[in-house]
Amino acid sequence: MTLKLTNLLGAAAVSVAALSMGALAASADTIKIGTVLSATGPASFLGDPEMKTLELYVKEINAAGGVDGNELELVAYDSGVDASKARTFATRLVEEDEVVAVVGGSTTGTTMAMIPVFEDAEIPFISLAGAVVIIDPVKKWVFKTPHTDRMACEKIFEDMQKRGISKVGMISGTGGFGKSMRDQCLDVAGNYDVEIIADETYGAKDSDMTPQLTNIKNTEGLEAVVNPGFGQGPAIVTRNYKQLGIDVPLYQSHGVASKSFIELAGDAAEGVRLPAAALLVADKLPDDDPQKSVVVGYKDKYEGATGEPVSTFGGHAYDGLMMLVEAIKRAGSADPAAIRDEIEKTSGFMGTAGVVNMSADDHLGLDLTAFRMLEVKNGDWTIAE
Amino acid sequence: MSALLNHRLAVPAVLIVLVALLPLVLPSSFYLRIATLVWISAFAVIGLNLLMGYAGQVSLGHAGFFGIGAYAAAVLPAQLGVPGIFAVVIGAVASALIAYLVGRPILRLKGHYLAVATLGFGILVAMVINNEAWITGGPDGIAVASLGIKKLLKSAFGLKVKTAELWYWIAGAMLVVGAWVAVNLVDSPTGRALRAVHDSEIAARVAGIDVARMKLVVFVVSAVYAALAGSALALFNGFITPDTAGFLHSIELVTMVVLGGMGSILGSVVGAAVLVVLPQLLTMFHDYEHLLLGLLMMVFMIFLRAGIVPGLRALVAGRGAA
Repeated sequence: MTLKLTNLLGAAAVSVAALSMGALAASADTIKIGTVLSATGPASFLGDPEMKTLELYVKEINAAGGVDGNELELVAYDSGVDASKARTFATRLVEEDEVVAVVGGSTTGTTMAMIPVFEDAEIPFISLAGAVVIIDPVKKWVFKTPHTDRMACEKIFEDMQKRGISKVGMISGTGGFGKSMRDQCLDVAGNYDVEIIADETYGAKDSDMTPQLTNIKNTEGLEAVVNPGFGQGPAIVTRNYKQLGIDVPLYQSHGVASKSFIELAGDAAEGVRLPAAALLVADKLPDDDPQKSVVVGYKDKYEGATGEPVSTFGGHAYDGLMMLVEAIKRAGSADPAAIRDEIEKTSGFMGTAGVVNMSADDHLGLDLTAFRMLEVKNGDWTIAE
Repeated sequence: MSALLNHRLAVPAVLIVLVALLPLVLPSSFYLRIATLVWISAFAVIGLNLLMGYAGQVSLGHAGFFGIGAYAAAVLPAQLGVPGIFAVVIGAVASALIAYLVGRPILRLKGHYLAVATLGFGILVAMVINNEAWITGGPDGIAVASLGIKKLLKSAFGLKVKTAELWYWIAGAMLVVGAWVAVNLVDSPTGRALRAVHDSEIAARVAGIDVARMKLVVFVVSAVYAALAGSALALFNGFITPDTAGFLHSIELVTMVVLGGMGSILGSVVGAAVLVVLPQLLTMFHDYEHLLLGLLMMVFMIFLRAGIVPGLRALVAGRGAA
């Protein structure tokens, strides 16, 4: 027993030694940037590609000589989806690691929990989470890269307006994504002269949406249906939609913009439209598209390095990091306040999500061109515009 | 030595010294935050330990009570304009009532039925919080208005304190009081009755103890501890998400109890400290963090089977005798 206890103490001593060595490793002329991501746990589909992207590109930037000759150092923490843990790591980035800027926050919950820490410490923070509350109202030190649900709704309604559709049925998932997008769609519908004439919901584990769709089908004057949702729900909706023989156009959300949706929905997916980031159709963009080189470059690099298919979430991390690096270059210093001012002046930045033009009242800076309207044809995405 | 350790006031005294002296060696508000999180978790764990260590019942839904406390502190002031401090009290009372209603029929039965019922209860609470977004903010979480203590201190005494410092002392004080109440409860006739129940329900019943009532009392008390800890976390963080009430958090609380030592108040603090601090220490191993966390817990469980505090105490006592 005595021996075993000594072993235990030995192990403890080793870990303490490792701890102090880690603290010493940082040298004087490195620029320290921090990140807190949900790399494991239920939101790892967001955090994992984000983490890999940041690590990949920080390595690459350093290999190419760093930022103005200064090496970048990435201090990365994994918070899971635990908001309290995210806040602890945020405090740690500020107090212990003394980072000059932060790119991170995979989920809206972890982002919102961290914001007060960075606002207090006056450290610029570029969030990778979706919800519009992050930058509306504008917070001095907080920015974000992903497009919002609201923009997805606007893109869909804009397309409907072009096709002369005004009476729309909606069937939404009750998960966080579907619920949030449903609210945003209801909110902006009026701006596009779109009237929501049916509003149904389904649970995350429902395996048949025929009753809700029948209700929608029987609504007088129906011209199109929108399905805000995430995961396999929308695929089931799409199949039921076909089975019921509803012949008006069906719009899905950017939440299902992955190949697995087409595989799950099969033939029923033909003709379905959805707004998505250009990254998904990188190879299909026309050569004169200004975004093509950025998205193809990122896609090839990420897929080459990790062997996994590219996702829009990793793209958000790429956008955040590149925007930050450019701001540091323009600022000519690693002073957090100078970096913040330069991030706010970002204009004409071409990222995977679209062109970013920030200003003092817009800390997102994306417009609707960020989304491409896609249509499923012959089991693959095509650009509908 | 051991007589001193066993004195009723020994544990609160140790904790007072610990809480009072720790800030002297903690270099920044990051460490203060970690310590505060330890105190808050420990407070909830003490309550759960009363249930597990003394009444011999397991609750797999304690995060549900934790969540009720947390969301009471967040939702009541925001939606109904209830002052923060009353919201905390309402959260605690609501938890007590629910624990009473859930526990009353179930605790009459022998065996681990409570574990199953609380498991369902915890999942229900998490579901309600996730789905009723119009009140709770849903999966994205909700902001919590501060109690205004900082402002009060500034206007009344001209004191300027940092949030981290303020909550360190509040959580520290809560822990000491919580431990003191727990120790007294354990040392009271109720506590002795409980231990009798834990050892043998039949013997206890023969001795005239109302077994079901005793278990119920402890279950209600432990729910109140969890709710108060939840409110404290919500107010301290200023933001709360539904996973606070989730199943994984329930399991984490149970793990803290077992790791620190069932039936040991000090063990509750140690168990909470290990599980809050370890993930922070292991970040340098990055990819192997979860692996190492699991490995360390296995090592603790193999070599200190009764939990850290009772295990070490037995070791020390064993060596003294030899």
